Amino acid sequence: MSTDHHHHDHDHEHIDHPDTDAGPWSEHRYIEGALRELLIEKGVVTAEEMRAQVERMEGRNPGLGARVVARAWTDPDYKARLLEDANAAVDELGIEIQPTHLIALENTPEEHNVVVCTLCSCYPRNLLGLPPDWYKARAYRSRVVREPRAVLREFGTELPDSTRIRVHDSTADMRYVVLPRRPEDTEGMSEEELAALVGRDAMIGVSVVTKD
Amino acid sequence: MSEGEAHRGYHDMGGDQAGAIDQEGHAYLLWEKRIDAMMVLLSGPEKKLIRVDELRRAIESLGPDVYEDLSYYERWTAAITALMLEKGVVSQAELDAKVAAMKAARGDAA
Repeated sequence: MSTDHHHHDHDHEHIDHPDTDAGPWSEHRYIEGALRELLIEKGVVTAEEMRAQVERMEGRNPGLGARVVARAWTDPDYKARLLEDANAAVDELGIEIQPTHLIALENTPEEHNVVVCTLCSCYPRNLLGLPPDWYKARAYRSRVVREPRAVLREFGTELPDSTRIRVHDSTADMRYVVLPRRPEDTEGMSEEELAALVGRDAMIGVSVVTKD
Repeated sequence: MSEGEAHRGYHDMGGDQAGAIDQEGHAYLLWEKRIDAMMVLLSGPEKKLIRVDELRRAIESLGPDVYEDLSYYERWTAAITALMLEKGVVSQAELDAKVAAMKAARGDAA
């Protein structure tokens, strides 16, 4: 049967050829196609709804989160609102909000925040897009709560011993985004220029924002 | 896993020992985006056919071997399919027939 889970012969590492759509398909890729076609035939979803939702997700990327960060760096009142009620502050910038509770975590010289979802893959998708593979994988989920400093070092991030690291475990109902520290010597930069400095990893908390 | 943690599920891996973090990513394929989109639609306010908690329960019911063997969106596919079968939205026979037809169309031996 097609949903038999005991197929160990397919290879997750195969290279796909998206331009030609050649190459082998995994069993589950077929099952996705079969399920989707059946749901469309039965009128549960429409092909247009599927297409539009894929497009909506593709339109989300860390640039949205970077806008929020840059606004918080340049507008102290906005920052206060962000830390008070992140969903409302995100909505204020016209960014779609999720039905989950969003909490913004402010990094300071004394405290650095890192986000994980040890149970699965909860992530502020509306602000950052889909999570990177490592965020969903065993090594990060297992280790970052036990040895965050070592994990940050693997990402090239060295923090002073005096900086406390707090790890936040996301849930299905609660998502976190890190408000990184604004780099030194950026006083003259515009909000747009500042946003361009802010990358995905800094908003997860495995890196810091630098000017260069 | 220590004795006191014997009740933990296989998905509950926070604090476990593990190796280096593989920072190599991959660009999501269309079928992966589609299963993600399917979940968003089926769990959305219009359809309300699957709750997010049900997806988690289904993923956490795959068993440790399947969980480890499948990629992230393969787990979602297996879980969403199981829920659609459970709720009677689709039948196993319909799925099998579709998969067989798609394999035949691609010239992929079943």
